[in-house]
Amino acid sequence: MKKIFGKPDALKDNPFHYCPGCGHSIIHRLVAEVIDELGIKDRTIGVPPAGCAVLAYNYFDVDMCEAPHGRAAAVATGMKRILKDRVVFTYQGDGYIAAIGTAETIHAANRGERITAIFVNNAVYGMTGGQMAPTTLLGQETTTSPGGRLPLRDGFPLDLSEMLALAAGSVYIERTSVSNPKGIIRTKKAIRKAFEVQLEDKGFSLVEILSACPTNWKMSPKDAVRWVDETMTKIFPLKVIKDVA
Amino acid sequence: MSEKTLMRGTHVLGEAAIRAGCRAYFGYPITPQNELPEYMASAFARMDDAVFIQAESEIASINMVIGAAAAGARVMTSSSSPGISLKQEGISYLAAMELPAVIVNMMRGGPGLGNIAPAQGDYFQATRGGGHGDYRVIVFAPAYGQEIADMTRQAFDLADYYRIPVMILGDGMMGQMMEPVVFPEPIDPAKLPEKEWVVNGSKGRSSRIILSLWLDPPKEEELNWRLARKYSAITEVIPDQEMYLTDDAELVLVAYGTAARIAKGAVHRARESGMKVGLYRPKTLWPFPSKALAKLCDHVRHFMAFEMSTGQMVEDVRLAVEGRREVSFYGRPGGVVSTPEEVAAIVSSAYHGKAN
Repeated sequence: MKKIFGKPDALKDNPFHYCPGCGHSIIHRLVAEVIDELGIKDRTIGVPPAGCAVLAYNYFDVDMCEAPHGRAAAVATGMKRILKDRVVFTYQGDGYIAAIGTAETIHAANRGERITAIFVNNAVYGMTGGQMAPTTLLGQETTTSPGGRLPLRDGFPLDLSEMLALAAGSVYIERTSVSNPKGIIRTKKAIRKAFEVQLEDKGFSLVEILSACPTNWKMSPKDAVRWVDETMTKIFPLKVIKDVA
Repeated sequence: MSEKTLMRGTHVLGEAAIRAGCRAYFGYPITPQNELPEYMASAFARMDDAVFIQAESEIASINMVIGAAAAGARVMTSSSSPGISLKQEGISYLAAMELPAVIVNMMRGGPGLGNIAPAQGDYFQATRGGGHGDYRVIVFAPAYGQEIADMTRQAFDLADYYRIPVMILGDGMMGQMMEPVVFPEPIDPAKLPEKEWVVNGSKGRSSRIILSLWLDPPKEEELNWRLARKYSAITEVIPDQEMYLTDDAELVLVAYGTAARIAKGAVHRARESGMKVGLYRPKTLWPFPSKALAKLCDHVRHFMAFEMSTGQMVEDVRLAVEGRREVSFYGRPGGVVSTPEEVAAIVSSAYHGKAN
């Protein structure tokens, strides 16, 4: 019998622990497929986040090194500067990269570090139970923005990717979503390009991926992906934000 | 360079680090230690295989240290008191992930922003772990330029051997003072033993993970006991001290680093006045050299801790003496540097049984 579909080599056999409708499983798979296709499994090192994907090292079958919350870009910098011919990627959520890790991320981009950041934006802190994130939309109800996010109380949704595009050292930044099949195909292409930019030694690359969190949004998986498509993309439009590769 | 060279403490440390095979330095400017990152920047700019980054913060720099250590490099960062506070989270992770690194603290007056004068207020922070969780780091306290060179070499070797962060605890005065030094021969980092735990891509082997997350309490407990066993082993081997004129001493000053040099001057003055006074100088602060100090209880009647703080190391002296002899304290915090005459006067009062 001919095998026509299987698990990427860059994923271990461990079943994902993610909630139904969560985008992490899809995004893990896409990253692993790209690693396989580029033939870089044995020279890739990943830096997993704190949060729901903290156990990413149980899934990716590549070398992995944890970082303190927010500091993946700095840990990846130290690693990549020592191992110039390896591929280093970080995997972070919105609270991680756009709140506690803002400084490390902007400065890594500004130095043009040859690393690739996978930025999963689901507009809440997931693991800790659905608190307000820097990317929470105005009016969006979370456990720490009761009645919905108010700009003068809670600040505005932060568009970190646009900020990173201003840094001269960033080379490729795209925002995609995994809320529909077309978006998933587009996301994979973006991840591939982001890794290629690193392989070509051009500078900092990042893919921001809008991803549903049905559990903390208190929606069905179906409603959650529709909310990504219809509401979230209005504030975080899907596009190539920067490409000077 | 086996002949004597006259260099300031910060430069001695930098040169010794490079000779120990250090090829990565990450830091953020703060006085009084800026000559060290400047030395590293200029030396590494002339080397093909070395990495220097002036990071955006102390937090970023300690995390770059984590990355470089996980990748297998001999790596160092340095700062002064407030900056070391910012690095503590990362040092806790280094301890938990069992990553080797060398961290230099050229202490200044504190708490808070304090000032830029030499002080010793970070003793507790250095010797009790400093960050969150149940861990220790090896702490060296050099007092002389030559010791800075020797201890820096030892720091890198021990960090690798035990897979532990090692701190070199100095102060602003030590960093600036110029002294003659003979450096050890340089090590070629390529010839160091292979580290079989690094994450550098899984070519020819299965993939590896370096982490500090142990969600299952028995697993976290296992890590804690493994670290505790490592710390016990270190405590058996590492403690080191200088004992100066202690053989016949009735009163012994206990002091480290710059304070020990002042104390030595006080010992000379006391001896000239006919008092049997000696100096016990811990060279390692963690582990504290308790055993050799405890032995002095056989003939010493009074131990006086002298620190550039309001009294921190004195607690370790009391723990070592275990109530058998009188332990007192004299100190000047906040960046005030005592003179040997001042300390000698305090010693004289104590020696002759007067309250001070």
